[in-house]
Amino acid sequence: MQPLIELHGVSKSFGGLRAVDRLTATIRRGEVVGLVGPNGSGKTTALNLITGNLTADSGAIVFEGRSIERDGAHRITRAGIARTFQLVRVMPTMTLAENVAVGAMFGARPCGPAEAAERALPLLARVGLAARADERAASLTYIDQKRLELARALAAHPQLLLLDEWLAGLNPTELKEGIALIASLARDGLTIVMVEHVMDAIRALCTRCIVMNAGTKIAEGTPAQALADPGVIKAYLGDDDDA
Amino acid sequence: MTLKDWTLPLIVLAAAAVLAPLPVVAGSYWMALLVNILMYATLATAWALFSGPTHYVSLATAAFFGLGAYTMAFLGEKLPLPLVYGVAALIGAVVATIVGLSTLRLSGVYFVIFTFGLAELVRQLVTWGEAKYGGTVGRFVFIDVTQQGIYWMLLGLLVLILLTGFAIQRSRLGWALRAIGEDETVARHAGIDTTVSKVAVFVVSATFMTVVGAIMAPRWTYIDPSIAFNPIISFQVLIMALLGGASRLYGPILGVVPLAILFEILQANFPNSFSILLGLAFLVIVYFVPNGIVGLIDQGRGAFIRATRRRPHPAE
Ligand SMILES: Nc1ncnc2c1ncn2[C@@H]1O[C@H](COP(=O)(O)OP(=O)(O)O)[C@@H](O)[C@H]1O
Ligand SMILES: [Mg+2]
Repeated sequence: MQPLIELHGVSKSFGGLRAVDRLTATIRRGEVVGLVGPNGSGKTTALNLITGNLTADSGAIVFEGRSIERDGAHRITRAGIARTFQLVRVMPTMTLAENVAVGAMFGARPCGPAEAAERALPLLARVGLAARADERAASLTYIDQKRLELARALAAHPQLLLLDEWLAGLNPTELKEGIALIASLARDGLTIVMVEHVMDAIRALCTRCIVMNAGTKIAEGTPAQALADPGVIKAYLGDDDDA
Repeated sequence: MTLKDWTLPLIVLAAAAVLAPLPVVAGSYWMALLVNILMYATLATAWALFSGPTHYVSLATAAFFGLGAYTMAFLGEKLPLPLVYGVAALIGAVVATIVGLSTLRLSGVYFVIFTFGLAELVRQLVTWGEAKYGGTVGRFVFIDVTQQGIYWMLLGLLVLILLTGFAIQRSRLGWALRAIGEDETVARHAGIDTTVSKVAVFVVSATFMTVVGAIMAPRWTYIDPSIAFNPIISFQVLIMALLGGASRLYGPILGVVPLAILFEILQANFPNSFSILLGLAFLVIVYFVPNGIVGLIDQGRGAFIRATRRRPHPAE
């Protein structure tokens, strides 16, 4: 499979803290890759660098053969990368339909407001929110706001979808539905990178796993391989200060 | 476009047609008040084109208004009038582009402070430039435009601003601005070029404000930088737009009419404590009508719809 996106030695520091430290990774078309690691290991920062929410201090990010590490977030979205946020972000006083329509209007296949409104409805149905299309986003529960965010991301017609702990906080029934939904997106050919702590979801969905600790990649492989790695076990036990 | 899309523009045109003949019957006191109301209506509506959807509070109104007034003061006797309005618009657009590109990366309170500082900076520059190249600070404006002429021009401009606002609202640009006002990070990640969107509409808004200044200048016969760039103008426009509510295009006008009359009365009777009273009005409005008159109307309408829905239908 040909690479969809490649990270070459990407770094980002906040003050003295190296949040992402020379991260190199390749994601191929059609993969579902789990990005795991303890809290503070740099997973969200890595997503922020890919989507242009932050600019890398050094390194290169190549999407479909083109360098995007200097591009603004809007260009990257238009190029075909969409995301959800770990701390959910919706447009609160807009309706659900409007939230998704904005995603459709300015994404990889831009369109006018009328067409965007039409494109929004099936996506709301897909995440189970069709009945509430005309309610304000602020009136949704946290979990439903996450669903709405996913619909908005999908509306942009991405080739690469980045999910930041999208399954966190779901009850067992919701988790099952959530996993089924992501699996159906993967079947449609979407390439997905998911930051996740829910290991059952990782095992069920991911073809491959990248494990980060302290900003660097410490292991990579099938979920079973990567999670059994001694370094990974050590990192998860919190013993990451010494050699 | 459906019939419904045309309703608001048609109401605007009908209202303008009703207001257009007023100068024929109004005496000079009433004309002065009407012109004053129209001046603030155009400024506040232009202000809300940008600040309404984006929630970026601009205090640069006086800067653009003053630039327009000064353009008229300098060129009014040298060039044909329509050309002067054109030059004023061009100056407003150029300055707004520069300001927009340099400030609209700022967010929240930094933007407010910068726009306020900008108005003061422009005032100082004009004062300095006028003293150096014009020989005086302040000048007489002898331009033959009647009170009625000013009224009609402002009314026409108000219609143009409202129609422009409708067009923007319906376009992708309008959606981009709303998304920016809701959450700028989400807007960027949805694929919106937030800088271009903000600068574009800031420029449109500022250009209208500059033209208002050019239209108003002949009314004063004498202007100096402290009149043309009076920061009170920026604050009044802000208060009026807040009272009316900037979430709807027509909202600011609802705030302009009562406040323009109130300020007129206050200024005539308490000229020395006017700033204090203005501040007081500001506090009262923000405290008691945070969403403006438009917010009250929406609330009332929502309550009415809920009440009528709940009542069981007699046929059931
Ligand atoms: N905007 C920021 N400013 C300063 N420090 C940050 C910022 N974002 C993240 N960090 C720090 O960078 C490190 C990595 O954070 P993050 O990428 O959120 O980790 P993860 O998503 O793996 O939990 C943490 O130590 C965090 O405190
Ligand atoms: Mg995180």
